[in-house]
Amino acid sequence: MLAHLPILQVIVPLMAAPACLILRRPQLVWMFTLLASTIAFIISILLLQQVMQTGTISYELGGWSPPWGIEYRIDKLNAFIALIISGVSTVVLVAAHTSIEKEIPQEKHTLFYILYLLSLTGMLGIVTTGDAFNVFVFLEISSLSAYSLIALGRDRRALWASFQYLIMGTIGATFILIGIGLMYQMTGTLNMVDLATRLPEVAETRTVTTAYVFFIVGVCLKLALFPLHLWLPNAYAHAPSIVTAFFAATSTKVAAYLLIRFTFSIFGVSFSFTTLPMEMVFLTLGLLGIFVASTVAIYQDNIKHVFAYSSVAQIGYMIVGFSMTTSAGLSAMLLHVFNHALMKGALFLALGAVMLRVGSTQLKDFQGLGRQMPLTMAAIVVGGLSLIGVPLTVGFVSKWYLVVAALEKGWWPVAGLVLLGSLLAVVYVWRIVETAYFKAPLAPIAGKEQVKEAPMAFLLPVWMLVSANVYFGLDTRLSVEIATAAAQSLFGVAP
Amino acid sequence: MNSSLATMLQLCILLPIFATLGIVALRRHQNLREAVSIGTSVLVFYAVVTIYLGVDAGETITVHWLQVLPGLSVNFSVEPLGVIFSLIASFLWFVTIIYSMGYMRGHNEDHQTRFFCCFAIAIGSVMGVAFADNLFTLFIFYEVLTLSTYPLVTHSGTEGAKKGGRTYLGILLGTSVAFFLLAIVGTWVVAGRLDFTSGGVFPAEANTTLLGIILVLFIFGIGKAAIMPFHRWLPAAMVAPTPVSALLHAVAVVKAGVFTVMKVGVFIFGLDLLVVLPTTQFLLYLAGASVLLASFVAMRQDNLKARLAYSTVSQLGYITIGVLLATSSGVIASSMNIAMHAFGKITLFFCAGAILVAAHKSNISEMRGLGRQMPFTMVAFFIGSLSIIGLPPTGGTWSKWYLLMATLETEQLIIMAILMLSSLLNIAYLMPIPFHAFFSNIPAKSEHGESAAKVQIKEAPMASLIAIGIATLGCLVLFIYPNPLHELASAILEPQQ
Repeated sequence: MLAHLPILQVIVPLMAAPACLILRRPQLVWMFTLLASTIAFIISILLLQQVMQTGTISYELGGWSPPWGIEYRIDKLNAFIALIISGVSTVVLVAAHTSIEKEIPQEKHTLFYILYLLSLTGMLGIVTTGDAFNVFVFLEISSLSAYSLIALGRDRRALWASFQYLIMGTIGATFILIGIGLMYQMTGTLNMVDLATRLPEVAETRTVTTAYVFFIVGVCLKLALFPLHLWLPNAYAHAPSIVTAFFAATSTKVAAYLLIRFTFSIFGVSFSFTTLPMEMVFLTLGLLGIFVASTVAIYQDNIKHVFAYSSVAQIGYMIVGFSMTTSAGLSAMLLHVFNHALMKGALFLALGAVMLRVGSTQLKDFQGLGRQMPLTMAAIVVGGLSLIGVPLTVGFVSKWYLVVAALEKGWWPVAGLVLLGSLLAVVYVWRIVETAYFKAPLAPIAGKEQVKEAPMAFLLPVWMLVSANVYFGLDTRLSVEIATAAAQSLFGVAP
Repeated sequence: MNSSLATMLQLCILLPIFATLGIVALRRHQNLREAVSIGTSVLVFYAVVTIYLGVDAGETITVHWLQVLPGLSVNFSVEPLGVIFSLIASFLWFVTIIYSMGYMRGHNEDHQTRFFCCFAIAIGSVMGVAFADNLFTLFIFYEVLTLSTYPLVTHSGTEGAKKGGRTYLGILLGTSVAFFLLAIVGTWVVAGRLDFTSGGVFPAEANTTLLGIILVLFIFGIGKAAIMPFHRWLPAAMVAPTPVSALLHAVAVVKAGVFTVMKVGVFIFGLDLLVVLPTTQFLLYLAGASVLLASFVAMRQDNLKARLAYSTVSQLGYITIGVLLATSSGVIASSMNIAMHAFGKITLFFCAGAILVAAHKSNISEMRGLGRQMPFTMVAFFIGSLSIIGLPPTGGTWSKWYLLMATLETEQLIIMAILMLSSLLNIAYLMPIPFHAFFSNIPAKSEHGESAAKVQIKEAPMASLIAIGIATLGCLVLFIYPNPLHELASAILEPQQ
């Protein structure tokens, strides 16, 4: 059983998806989905433990040995990312039943859970597989289900947002496919380890450079790296709240993983950063992303938009860490991937609670919520503080590592800019705080009941994520240890 | 290492934080709720005194809480400077609670439970700052202090309070994240450690230009020390209820700022290094300019609390100057001024609040002749002013004395001239207030239409008067009996056991 964990990680949610059709009753389907996701979470914990103890696991699919057969390859990096994805997915699902009750028509509930599971499958698949073409297959699984999930939003604008994402996402996927195709053409292999050994021989060719560029641009589209982020704000704002919470915490992380995997393990540092001037490119885009997206976030009126733009900015931080090409910078990036998942998961889920009770996430509807929904708003405040990077929260830990990494590289101005960027976060977080705590509640409209605190089913997962924000801000052993180990192994040897 | 003293130290930080539970639980019973606050403050003061006696007897106290990042721990230890700061803060917390009971009720403020809760958390974090063993711990509590005082500043919830709160949070959080944190990380990268060490942490071969930049980042980053141009938060925070202004903006918050500056100067850089850094002189002049400019601005303020706020900005400059002079008398002057200014300024703020509650006046121009209505308050105001200016028979005399000695020792004649001039300015903006209160006639037509003859004595509530009395007495006692304070201050520079 334990030997088959790598494939079970993907198979469990995949098989669970059609099984939902048999159950039919939404409540049952929800519990079943939750169960499947929990199992996936447990598997990812076991995998991570195993990897940390014994090193990389290679699993031959169907008994065909690589490079001919498909290989699933778990190392510290992807075990870590898989843990984030399945963990957040499970916690978010706890609130799903209550949340979609109001946002999605009853008859589509089963469909929702099926799509959710497929999307989870896709993400876990991208992360665990050791085969470049397999990456593309899973990418399509996760993307297609994502488009439909977003389209389930109750607003008609959700359709438009989904369509926008569909177009951009397809372009991205096509670019990725072209990149993989060119790599295959040059090396005759799709296995990642094999690619890594064969690519250096042909690294001097223009085809390989083209392959790399196509691939990276495609991934950056999926990552929503500034200025390729245009699909993200609307998709996040109009999707059902649960979907937003799930995607905000996971989907861009998967793209970040692909970026790291292909740049560091497959093409290698010397190719990506010496032959090509990627250091400057990523640094510039990352910093621009931080400042432009944070500034735009300040001027948004829909809080989902605010946090969506903030996500684009946070991706900027990750990319700044990435561009340093040092082990310290990479571990800062990985830490932020983990920490950002916790922050945004908590924040968007709390917004889901607001959506449930108030029916809108416009800033003006937050008036007086500090009094009406004290626990939800407290969660948003703590999540916001974490986003700003106040000590004792995870946000501080990532900022600390990022700044230390920048200074170790001698990039003083970059360190200063990173910190200045977090001041912009103060502004957009504080707009919410002021509205919620200092303005009197809106007078209840006739026929509409008074706004009250969200139900337990919602508060529980929200506060689980919020406490994780504080817990991992205090006890950083787990996150720091794994992130550092993963980063070091990437700089040590090929996968 | 003494374990009971270590417990005392943790109690100082934890008691106020746990007291919030009691305060919230008893929110329906005003008197019991305040009893919790008072009880806690007495206990905390007792704990601090025990620690003081222990340190006096030569004990060393260290507490290890948890390791957050590899090499970065939340640790506490006790050294004389921290003892001075915690003694003052805990004692004045007790006094302020007594005062607030009178003030908040006399003024019919809302949300008193939230008020006392945040107050307690703020004091807990002040204790954390005072006993922090490394910059990292200090930074954490520094930020907690900012956040916990934000609801206090915006207490009234009005548009003005919101605006003040925005400036407050914006500058304090902004400078601390953008500069202070960068300086801390810079120290970490250059020195490899952050624990406060006698003589500094930097290796001898470190690049002095880089260290000079780090020093500038520190001085700008510690926004709570209110060196211009980052002083705007202090006047902005005056929208808070007076007890908050009194304790937090005369004692806890601003003193946490200059305390941090002192800690950084003495235990991160070390005085020997401070002298040779290329930026020290520039910062000295900056602090000098801050002292002078703030005094000039203070003269032009008609609102009493605003005038006191600018006066605080200028007095904080004194303390920063004391550290940057980098001599032992400078450090002694600064640490004594932390105490002297705390007592003097809190007296003045208490008086301002009393005037507001009893006579509903907040502008200085309206206070002519007020001495006849509130003689006790105005006498206290007079004594507090003397202490701020630095005239006998008040404690302020001593700190000014040592500071001037330090400027002479280091031959910083310009700075000395600035200090002299500033003292004159202090007289010019503080003395007219009690003077007019006693010797001017009440304007013929005051808004209540009462004539001078009919004025009756109408002071603030009893609780507030007691608090004013204690604070004023403190100013006087510190003049006659400054020795324990001086001994503590001199012990700061002695290498620790």
